[in-house]
Amino acid sequence: MSTNNEVVEHETYYVPEQSRLPIFASLGLFLTVFGAGRMLNGSDDGSMYFFVGALLFAFVLWSWFSIVIAENMRGLNSMQLKRSYVIGMGWFIFSEVMFFAAFFGALWYVRSLAGPWLGGEGEGGAANPLIWPGYQHEWPVMNTPDMVANGDKAKILGPEQSMSNPGLSNWASWLPFWNTVILLASSVTIHIAHSALKSNKRSVFNLWLTVTVLLGIAFIILQIEEYVHAYREMGLTLESGIYGATFFLLTGFHGAHVTLGTFMLLLMLLRSILKGHFKHDDSFGFDAAAWYWHFVDVVWLGLFFYVYVFA
Amino acid sequence: MAHGPAQGIRRWLYTTNHKDIGTLYLWFSFAMFLLGGVFALVIRAELFEPGMQIVEPEFFNQMTTMHGLVMVFGAVMPAFVGLANWMVPLMIGAPDMALPRMNNWSFWILPFAFAMLSSTLFMDGGAPNFGWTFYAPLSTTYAPPSVTFFIFAVHIMGASSIMGAINIIATIVNLRAPGMSYMKMPLFVWTWLITAFLLIAVMPVLAAVVTMMLFDIHFGTSFFNAAGGGDPVMFQHIFWFFGHPEVYIMILPAFGVVSAIIPTFARKSLFGYSSMVYATAAIAFLSFVVWAHHMFTVGMPLAGEMAFMYMTMLIAVPTGVKVFNWVATMFKGSMTFETPMLFSVAFVILFTIGGFSGLMLAIAPADFQYHDTYFVVAHFHYVLVPGAIFSITAGVYYWLPKWCGNMYNETLGKVHFWTAFIGLNVTFFPMHFAGLSGMPRRIPDYNMMFADWNMISTVGAFLFGAAQILFLFNVIATIRSKRPASDEVWDRPEGLEWTLPSPAPYHTFTKPPPLS
Repeated sequence: MSTNNEVVEHETYYVPEQSRLPIFASLGLFLTVFGAGRMLNGSDDGSMYFFVGALLFAFVLWSWFSIVIAENMRGLNSMQLKRSYVIGMGWFIFSEVMFFAAFFGALWYVRSLAGPWLGGEGEGGAANPLIWPGYQHEWPVMNTPDMVANGDKAKILGPEQSMSNPGLSNWASWLPFWNTVILLASSVTIHIAHSALKSNKRSVFNLWLTVTVLLGIAFIILQIEEYVHAYREMGLTLESGIYGATFFLLTGFHGAHVTLGTFMLLLMLLRSILKGHFKHDDSFGFDAAAWYWHFVDVVWLGLFFYVYVFA
Repeated sequence: MAHGPAQGIRRWLYTTNHKDIGTLYLWFSFAMFLLGGVFALVIRAELFEPGMQIVEPEFFNQMTTMHGLVMVFGAVMPAFVGLANWMVPLMIGAPDMALPRMNNWSFWILPFAFAMLSSTLFMDGGAPNFGWTFYAPLSTTYAPPSVTFFIFAVHIMGASSIMGAINIIATIVNLRAPGMSYMKMPLFVWTWLITAFLLIAVMPVLAAVVTMMLFDIHFGTSFFNAAGGGDPVMFQHIFWFFGHPEVYIMILPAFGVVSAIIPTFARKSLFGYSSMVYATAAIAFLSFVVWAHHMFTVGMPLAGEMAFMYMTMLIAVPTGVKVFNWVATMFKGSMTFETPMLFSVAFVILFTIGGFSGLMLAIAPADFQYHDTYFVVAHFHYVLVPGAIFSITAGVYYWLPKWCGNMYNETLGKVHFWTAFIGLNVTFFPMHFAGLSGMPRRIPDYNMMFADWNMISTVGAFLFGAAQILFLFNVIATIRSKRPASDEVWDRPEGLEWTLPSPAPYHTFTKPPPLS
């Protein structure tokens, strides 16, 4: 940018001239997935590509965010540019909604349509006596069609126990209930933090953001504990039929998003504590992380009711 | 902002300029168009005569798969994104795309993704061979090992599409020049706004379905395996929930392009502008509720067949509105037939043929006869080749003088048009007949009774391929020529892009233009 007319320049929409970030981000992303593919296909060098790529990608993202933050500090970002960031984040979250919608849709389809047909219901069930004799549909699918039809020779075994609602009286010792409490509480705490920031109360903001991050970490720990329990004691794994598949992919992708969201909030906390970033009217980084957190929360409510409670 | 482009290769690697990135997209898509075209010619060469001649059946399947994937994700979609990059900021008076660095990232993912996808051809077990629709369990239980790389390639090209679409929405929503209300936007901008919405809505669904495939293949899940309580048909439902909006992603921007070109050469304003906008939105909405018309023979409940049949037929209404408007725009116009107009008029006529064969396919009981035959191949190639490809070609001829500042060779353009026009009709029209008499698609050999139609199709395909070499030559010759184009280029065309000098300066509209 030229230097002699800063003020006028800043009124216009800031278009960076050149950037090395995108090409290296693409390279990092490519090496990551290429390495992952080679790992999954059993090549020894896969992990090397994967880690080099992931490191490069992480480094580029770090630089990218640093540069964007620095530009904002230098006053390059007009109100209009900030609106572009807001619009971008909003539509990114919409794309995430659609990603989860596909998994919820899959769960609904097997639970309510394909499952009953496999069990012989209606016109769609005509093949049941021929291919899966004796299979009756219930959700969760504890006995897979393979087990019912092929007995001891079955390869795909259902779980021994499911994660479903143990009855209201047992909720106090039911992990998903506590995870729900934790996430709902975290939505409140982040809102308190947000309000504090809007009224310039830095220490209150830092306190409640810290609480939110801790709640996020608590959720992740409980979720890991639930998974360990499922794998070790309930016979519930990715491989235990359609129930295990839908359960782990839905809760697993949600858990991954909680982890990412917690990491984002942690970075925002460090930015606030160490660097004094964010002002009451200029806090896009935090705002975006907070919207993301609310989104993750809403997805959990869907999971809690559809995967756990009414199962 | 006074800077021109950087020098050398760094200009293209590090650029944040919407014109540079548009150019990159367009050249990349043309390269992919040629690659996918070579795959198509392998298919057509094998089908020249009945019996096995040139390739093994296994390799033939890889060719049909890679042809589809490369053309859909590598040629058509990036070409439209390239046009959007070049034209949307110029049409709405914006200084650039809203998020210029992310714009470059969206592009540069693609060469990596397609390098990875193309490299599967040289892997053990060969490239993906399960068709571009990659139905499970063909793409899971019975897939070659390269499917893993196919899945990851789809993941990252999906990320590219989503970021590109977010950028386009942010640009259109946020960067319009003051006074340009939504209903004053050129139709190309409108169609891209709606297309971008479709992209953000369905690319994540594609990502989800390939993720389920990945887990079925490598982690023992049973999403598409009935033995574990899953359902292979579920794959088709999720895929087509993505896939049907996807085909509109490939045609809505085409509507925008011809809606820009036809008024210029008819020397009349576009007839029924607002009905065009509403029709586009209606088509986009309907695209979400018709997906199972691709699956009429899979064994759905009767109620499903009926619902999807009627919803599909309903799409003919807004599409008919559009065709009517284009014809009404030309009606009593002072028409001239320069190359962009020739491609656009051909678009209106041939796309309508593709639309009508689509209507035939929409009728569920009739579809039981047509399903998986060459009739389907004829249908969607009539929609995509004279639809998407012709509109892109028309757009390139229409705006090329603005991009590079030189006028193309009109004679060569017309030769290109007529070669392509004859080539594509000779290729695809006989496929209707082969299909109606029962020739199945995706098969390397066929009954003697289909020999004549196939031989004609193959001759047409090579003619169409040759036409693209003319196109390449004409574009390069234009860029290098010394026949400067005027700023307006055409006879009083509408739109902000024509108020700029030719070639358009490296940075345009750093201050929003005044609107009359």
